[in-house]
This record gives sequence, C-alpha cells and structure tokens, in this order.
Amino acid sequence: MEHIISVTVENKFGVLSRVAGLFSGRGFNIESLSVAPTLDPSMSQMTIVTSGDERIIEQIVKHLNKLIDVIKVVDLNETEFVSRETAIIKVHTKDADRAEALRIVDIFRANVIDSTTSTYTIEVSGDPKKIEAIINLLQPLGIKDLVRTGRVAVAREPVRPVSVQTKKVARE
Amino acid sequence: MKLTGAQIFIECLKREGVKTVFALPGGVVLKIFDTLHQQKDIEIILTRHEQGAGHMAEGYAKATGKAGVCLVTSGPGMTNVITALADAYMDSVPLVCFSGQVPTSLIGNDAFQEADNVGLSRPCTKYNFLVKDVNDLAATIKEAFYIATTGRPGPVLVDIPKDVSMAEAEFSYPNSVSIRGYNPTYEGNKWQIKQAAEAITKARKPILYVGGGVVFSGASQELLELAEMTQIPVDMTLMGLGAFPGEHPLSLGMMGMHGTYEANMAVHYSDLVIAVGSRFDDRVTGKVSEFCPHAKVIHIDIDPTSIRKNIHVDVPIVGDCKTVLRELNQILRATVNGEQKELRKPWWNQIQAWRQAHPLTYQQEKDGPIKPQQVVKRLYELTKDRDPIVSTDVGQHQMWAAQYFKLAKPNRWLTSGGLGTMGFGFPAAMGAQAAFRNRLVLCIAGDGSIQMNMQEMATAVVSKLPVKIIILNNRFHGMVRQWQDLFYSGRYASSDLENTPDFVKLAEAYGAVGLRADKVADLDSVLRKAIETEGPVIVDIPTYRFENCYPMIPAGGCNHEMILEDPPELKQKQAGGKNVTPEDKDTVLTA
Repeated sequence: MEHIISVTVENKFGVLSRVAGLFSGRGFNIESLSVAPTLDPSMSQMTIVTSGDERIIEQIVKHLNKLIDVIKVVDLNETEFVSRETAIIKVHTKDADRAEALRIVDIFRANVIDSTTSTYTIEVSGDPKKIEAIINLLQPLGIKDLVRTGRVAVAREPVRPVSVQTKKVARE
Repeated sequence: MKLTGAQIFIECLKREGVKTVFALPGGVVLKIFDTLHQQKDIEIILTRHEQGAGHMAEGYAKATGKAGVCLVTSGPGMTNVITALADAYMDSVPLVCFSGQVPTSLIGNDAFQEADNVGLSRPCTKYNFLVKDVNDLAATIKEAFYIATTGRPGPVLVDIPKDVSMAEAEFSYPNSVSIRGYNPTYEGNKWQIKQAAEAITKARKPILYVGGGVVFSGASQELLELAEMTQIPVDMTLMGLGAFPGEHPLSLGMMGMHGTYEANMAVHYSDLVIAVGSRFDDRVTGKVSEFCPHAKVIHIDIDPTSIRKNIHVDVPIVGDCKTVLRELNQILRATVNGEQKELRKPWWNQIQAWRQAHPLTYQQEKDGPIKPQQVVKRLYELTKDRDPIVSTDVGQHQMWAAQYFKLAKPNRWLTSGGLGTMGFGFPAAMGAQAAFRNRLVLCIAGDGSIQMNMQEMATAVVSKLPVKIIILNNRFHGMVRQWQDLFYSGRYASSDLENTPDFVKLAEAYGAVGLRADKVADLDSVLRKAIETEGPVIVDIPTYRFENCYPMIPAGGCNHEMILEDPPELKQKQAGGKNVTPEDKDTVLTA
C-alpha cells in the first residue's frame, strides 16, 4: 500500500544521501521524494512517497527514526492529510490546437506560464489523479517536456466543533 | 591558547580516556602522528595493515566495553579499514575511526590518495563526520564518542582533512552532547515490562534467548538473577557467549545453525521466548516462518529496528537490557515464589532428555589424527582457571570454539558474528591484549583465516602483544568444504588449500615462537608450552581434514531438524580414505 511519510531532518550536507542510502541499502521503495528547508532554516522537510505492507512501513519509519540526522518522522497515512503535486508541461500547439489547449488549462484551473508561437508551458497543481488526467488530455496535442515535483503533504488540523469556533471568533 | 588541529585531536582523546590508538600513518595524517610522537599519554600501536588496526580496535572495545580507536590515512588507508567498520557495524562494536583526508581545497579534485571517505563508510557506520573547520573539531570528536558508545553501540568515522589538522583554534571541550535527532531509549515501557513479567509467570516452557546486547549493556548479573529466580533455561547466540556462565546448569549453550541439540529443540518447542539483546538473525532462526511456532515472544532490545524485523513479537520492549532486566526482576521477585523448580520440572525433564539423546560429540582415536574438537576441549580445560580472553576467526574452528570453550564471564569472547570476517581473530586478540597486557589471550584460528591478516605478527612481536594463536590446520576452507560435502555432491570447488605455509617457520621468521603438535599424545604438552611462553606463539595443529561440525541446521531449515552426523554416503566416502574425486554428473546443472 502507498504511504506518504513526512520526515523532518537536519538541513546539512549529506543528509539526503543518508536517507536515500537507507532506502536503497535495505531494498525499500521510493516513489517520489521532495525536500526543502522549513521555516526554521536549520531543518528541512522531506516528503517521501513509498509503498509496502504494514511490516515494511513499520521498518521504514523505525529506520528513518534511527538516522541521527532525522528529527521527526510522521507516517501521514495514520492521520488525515492533504497532498499536492505540481507538474510543468510543455505542449506543442499548432494553430488549430491553441484554443483547445487553453480550454484544457481552464478546465483544470491550470496556468500558462510561458508561451511561444508553437508551444504553451502549462503549470498545474493537484492530486496525482488530476495531473494524470490533464496529461492524458494534453497528450494528443503533443507533449514536448514534462516535469513533476513529486508529492508534498501535510496533516490536516483536527476540525473543532462549530460552537467552539464561533466563541473564539466572538472573543477576538 | 591556540592549539593545532592535531593537538586538539590528542587533547580530545585524553579527555575521552583513550590509552591506545591502533594506527598506520600516511601523507595527510603526518601532522597528527608527529604530534602523537611527542607525547606519552597515548600509546600508538603501529599495525601493518589498516584492516588490522580496525579489528584491533574492535578487540579492544569488545574486551573492555569502551570505544576502540583507530587512525588511518586517506584513500587506501580508508578503503582498507572499511571491512573492520562493516564488521563493527554488524556486531554493534563501539569504535571511533579517524581517517585523514586531502586538504579541503583539494576535496573532489581526484587528488593523490583521495577517496570519498564519508561516502564510502556511510552504509557501514552508525554515523560519520567530515570536519571542514578546525573550530568544529573538538565538538565533533565529542559527538563521535558519544554516538559510538551510547544506544546500540557502533562504529563512527571522523574524517579530518590535512589542513584542519594543521590549522589552529582555541580549544574547549564540551561537557555534554545534545543531538536533537538522537535520543536512545534506555528505560523500557513499564506496562510492557509488566506484560512480560505476567507472561513469564504463566509460561510452562519458557526459554531465554540472549545475545551480544547483554554483554554490551553489562547485564550479565541481572540475567543470572532472572534465570536462577525463574529457573528458565538460557540459550546464547554466538555473540552472546559469556553473557551467561557456560558451565551453569541452566545454560543450554549456543543455539542456531551449529548450536547444541537441546538449545535448538528447546527454542522450537517452547511456549515463551524471551529474547534479550539478540536480533533473530537468520543463522539463529533458520526458517523464519517455523521459528518457535508455539511460542509467545518477548523481545528486549535497545534498537527499535531490531524488533519485528524478522519475527512477530508479542511483547516488544525497547530499552537497555540492564535497565529493563533490573525492573523485570523487581516485579518477578514479588510474584515468583520458591516453587519454580517444582513448576519447571516437566520442562527440565524434557530438556535433560534432549541433552542425553544428542550431546555434543566427536570420536578421538588414540593413534588417529587429532580431532579439532579435542584441541579446543583440551585448550579449554588447560586454561579455564586463568580466565582467558578467546578470539576466533570465522569458519568451522569458530563453531567448535563456540561449542567447546565454555566461557564463564562476558567480554572474554571476540568473534565476528554478523559479517563473518575471516582474518578478524588475530588482530582482535591483539587489541584485547593491548588493553590487558597481563592476561592470557588466545586466538583459535583456521589455517585459511589466519593467512588473511598474518602480517600483523610483525606488530605482535614489535609491540610485545603475546597472543597465543592455535591453528586448527586442515588445509581446507573447512566450512566451505563441509557445505560442499553436504550440498554440492562433494565437489571441492576452491576450498582445498592443498598446502599451507610452514606456520612454525613462519612464526620464527617474524621473531615469534612456533610450535607444532602432530600426535594426540603431544597435544597437552605443546599447548602447555605455548601458554607458558612469554611472547607471541603460533601453535600449528594438523587436524583430521574431513571432520564436520554438527549439529547443523541447513540454511533455511527448521530448528528442530538438525543434521547430527555425517550422512551415510559421506561416511562411506571418508572411510574409503581415497581422495575425493569430483562427480561429473550434474556439473552442467549447477554451473
């Protein structure tokens, strides 16, 4: 089963290779991995999409925790979470296709971020299914280039009962 | 006052209480060696190969329980020490290895003797550092020792570029270390410990399965109390030997692939396995799906990744063996009454029956060739009063040593378990000897293994490390030959060494003493002479070439299905006395 694991690590050189080395050395899977500094610049946040049965995921989480540069590990599948991925797609557009391309961009609430006489470069964000869908639609036009960020995810805040929320608003 | 990087290095080692460094110099570490040369507090043992330095530091660490320290140069120095780091990582040996590196300005330039030391050692160290600024050196060394010796111990590498050892900085040594991503758990979960105690009082056929964790945590006393109080039999892993007295009536000896019959049967038929500081290695469990099929499992280990890695665990307890056992004993003391002996009687009767049915056995004929087991047995009987430290290499001799050399105390057993490193034994013995100059240190070796680090005999002679090496010489890679006899139709592919050097002359060539025992009748007197000799000794003992080590669980087999003796066709072949000719019939199939 697919799991999204959120890992807070020290922001220093060599940490990425320690994490990547752990996965390759123990035969675990990485489907995607994204990493960037957090608000606190001494730390980085990694979002790792991996897969495996319960036992393997348990081992992955434990082994990540065991790495000395890893500060915190959360298996997001144990809670509610939201996740997003961004893709940048460069499409060939002949005269007749240019309007169709823009229509697809519109339907998916994507953006055209660069344009030439024969291409559009399209940016789209969403869950992986949405990305797959727009790729499928754009493919007949001719995709010249495609890059994807891999997923980033964060746990949902627990929803408070409505009454509590209004009280708080009132006080403010 | 400002100190150079090299001086800071030495000051740090002194603060960590390091007395001995196993080292081999080279271009980029010359400054450090030069500074070491001008002081007297730390002894340098100059080895002949970096692998030797690494294993010596391991031997030192295993015998003392403190971190072993080695120092090597960049490039080939580093690549040579990798085997020892990997060995230490597998066997959780606290080790701090310092390597030289080319000057920071040259890193990445393919400079002379440059290697990516941090990259090379990453998968086989607990952690590693590249020190880029001399101002970070002291704090880094402090962290290195802290990481190596706390939690589940392991090797740590500190890579010091040449310019860092030359540069100057103010020296201040931190009093404490705090690493936010590293907080080993020592105290076990109280609720889980209670569960464990409950399971122990309920169990009819419990067994303790103890490993190297007990030795490193210093929990032998607690283990003894637990076993005696509850009358539970004790199985030891290869790494756990010595954690419990081998001659104790509750000890069933070693378990696993070449463990005793009763140890393996007991674990298979038990209803509660209490694993303490052991990790359910494949050489112990055999076929995982059928390991202790009737038992609940309690697993006490400081490393959470060891728990549920191979085996389903009912009561997992992450914590230090000593702390957890102490707490467990406290609970049990209140609940366990004096009737344990009575309660365990049926279980012990069963174990006694297994013991009597298939004790460890071999046949030594009076005028026949010397049997390797006989050598180990006599060596044990002749030396046990001296409380010796015993090291082994890897192979048949190692298993015989594990079976017949019954250690009474922990930290006396130096062997390479996880990685199975041939060539480990001799340097490890020297490392232990360097820590305890007046103790008797024995190295039981095979003729194959000893040749993998023979060069260290020069170190032993020069540095006056009077290790006694006993070579069980069958002119084979014996364990390989045994597998070939049992599973490869007796085709001895590259296992027959045909001829080994004259070890007596070899010892003499190095300036050590060489002895040989050819006959059973000479065995005792030669071993005695070796023990009484002052300097390092090699005792070459030609043994029966085709002796096999039993019991044996074939790889992937079940623990209760042991091979107990040579199969009939093998016996016949050996009785014929003729040299074994390879059988051609299925060469194509196995090729």
